[in-house]
Amino acid sequence: MTELAKAVLAGQRLALARLLTQVENDTPQGREALNALFPHTGRAHLVGITGAPGTGKSTLVSQLVRAYRQPQDGSLPSRMGVVAVDPTSPFTGGALLGDRVRMRDLSGDPGVFIRSMATRGALGGLAQRTAAVVQVLDAAGFDVIFIETVGAGQSEVDIARLALTTLVIAAPGAGDDIQASKAGILEIADILVVNKADQPGVDSAVRALQAMLGQATAASGKHLLHAPQEDAKEETTSGWEIPVLRTTATSGEGVHELVTAIRQHQDYLKESGNWEQRDQTRLQSELQSLLQSTLLARWRETVCDAHSQQTLDLLAMRKISPLQAVERLLENNQL
Amino acid sequence: MTEQKIRVLIAKPGLDGHDRGAKVIARALRDAGMEVIYTGLRQTPQMIAEAALQEDVDVVGLSILSGAHNALVPAVIDLLRHNGQENVLVFVGGIIPESDIPALKEAGACAVYGPGTTTTEVVETIRREVLGNPVG
Ligand SMILES: Nc1nc2c(ncn2[C@@H]2O[C@H](COP(=O)(O)OP(=O)(O)OP(=O)(O)O)[C@@H](O)[C@H]2O)c(=O)[nH]1
Ligand SMILES: [Mg+2]
Repeated sequence: MTELAKAVLAGQRLALARLLTQVENDTPQGREALNALFPHTGRAHLVGITGAPGTGKSTLVSQLVRAYRQPQDGSLPSRMGVVAVDPTSPFTGGALLGDRVRMRDLSGDPGVFIRSMATRGALGGLAQRTAAVVQVLDAAGFDVIFIETVGAGQSEVDIARLALTTLVIAAPGAGDDIQASKAGILEIADILVVNKADQPGVDSAVRALQAMLGQATAASGKHLLHAPQEDAKEETTSGWEIPVLRTTATSGEGVHELVTAIRQHQDYLKESGNWEQRDQTRLQSELQSLLQSTLLARWRETVCDAHSQQTLDLLAMRKISPLQAVERLLENNQL
Repeated sequence: MTEQKIRVLIAKPGLDGHDRGAKVIARALRDAGMEVIYTGLRQTPQMIAEAALQEDVDVVGLSILSGAHNALVPAVIDLLRHNGQENVLVFVGGIIPESDIPALKEAGACAVYGPGTTTTEVVETIRREVLGNPVG
C-alpha cells in the first residue's frame, strides 16, 4: 500500500487532502492509492443533495452535518464528509467554489471534512471524479458523506446513481421550476424537501410536490432510476414512501426531522436489501464508464492517423455509413 | 488524463464587513482559469488554515481592510506551517501601509498588494510563483 493511502487510513487530514487532489487530477499516484483503498469502501452512507440554484442546499448541508454531530439520542456522533460541487466556466476553465461560505459553522470540528470540487467540464451536476473523491472519504472512515450537486435544474441522474439516499431541495415560489423538472425529481428523489419554510408559498409548494408524487405512484409504482441496466434486478420500492418535509435551513427548523427521515431511509435500504442493490448498480455503471473510456483510449493508441482520416473522408463523401466506418476502423486495428 | 489546476483560497479575516475587493479578485482568478474557493466574511486564522488544508490549495489570498494585518497575517502563516502546508503561498491585499510590508514579507507573505494593484498583476504573480514552486 502506498504511503499516502496508509496515512489516509490512519486518519491524517493533510494526507487525505493531498490524496483528494491526486484523485481529482487522476494522477498515477492517485490511481494507485484508489486501488489500495477500495477494499475499505462501501461503508459510508452517501447522501446526495440536489435542487435548483439558491434553494438553500449548502445552508441545509451545514445544518444537517451539525445535527449529525450532536445526536439527540445520546449515540456517538457520526464522522461527516462533505463534497460540494460547483460549475467550471466553459470559457476560462476556472471556477468559483462558494459553498463553504454557508458552512462556516462547521469550522473547528475535527469530525468534519469539507471539500469543494469544480465540474471540470462534466455535465449533469457532478464532476467526473466526484465518485472517486467520495470513495476516498468513504475509505477514510467518514460515516456519512453529503454530496452537493451543482443544481443546474436539469435531470441529475448522476447523483442518484452515486448516492444511496438522494434529497431534492425545492423552495417556495419556485413552482415553475418544480413543474419543469418534474420528471427529473421523481426519478431521483428519496426524500423531498421544501426549504425556506419561513417564506410565503410553502404550503402550496408542499401540496404541488405531494400531488406529483400521488400521480407518479399511481402511474408506475416503481423506482425508475435504480434499475437502469436491463439485466439489473428491479428494485423493490414497497416499504418506502417518499416524504415531503419542510425546513428552514437558516434557523434549523425541521432539520432534526430531516435527519430522522435520512436515517429511516438508510434503515429501509439495509432491511430491504436495496443498499446492496444500489451499491451494485453504482459499481456496475462505474465499471461500464471506465471500461468505455479505457477501451477507447487503448484503441486510439493503435489506430494510425492516415487510416482514420481516410475513413473520415469516406464517411464525409457518403461512401460509407457511420456503422461501416466503425467496422472499418476496428478491422485494421487489433485491440 | 491528468489536469492540474491552480487552487486558491480567498479569505476575508477580521471584523470588517466589506468583501467587494475579495470578490473582485476571486472572479479575476477564476477568469484566469484557477479554481477559487471563497469562504466569506469574518474568518478567523484557524478557519482559514483549516479550509486551506481541507481544500489542499496552492495559494491563500487574504483580503484585509480592518488594519489588523500585522496580527492576522503571521497568525495564518504560522497555522499553515504548523499543519504541514509550508509550500502554500500567502498573498495579502487590502489597505496596508508601505511601512508594514517588510514585516509581513518577513513573516512569510509572498506578496502584498495595495488598492492600486491590477488583477492582471496578481494573476501573473500567482502563476509564476505556483508554477515555479513544487506543488504540495
Ligand atoms: N429565508 C430563508 N433563506 C434561506 C434559507 N435557507 C437558505 N437561505 C438563503 O438562501 C441563499 C442561498 O443559500 P445556499 O445555501 O447558498 O443555497 P444553494 O442551494 O447551496 O445555492 P447554490 O449552491 O448556489 O446552488 C442564502 O442567502 C441563504 O441564506 C431558509 O430556510 N430561509
Ligand atoms: Mg450551494
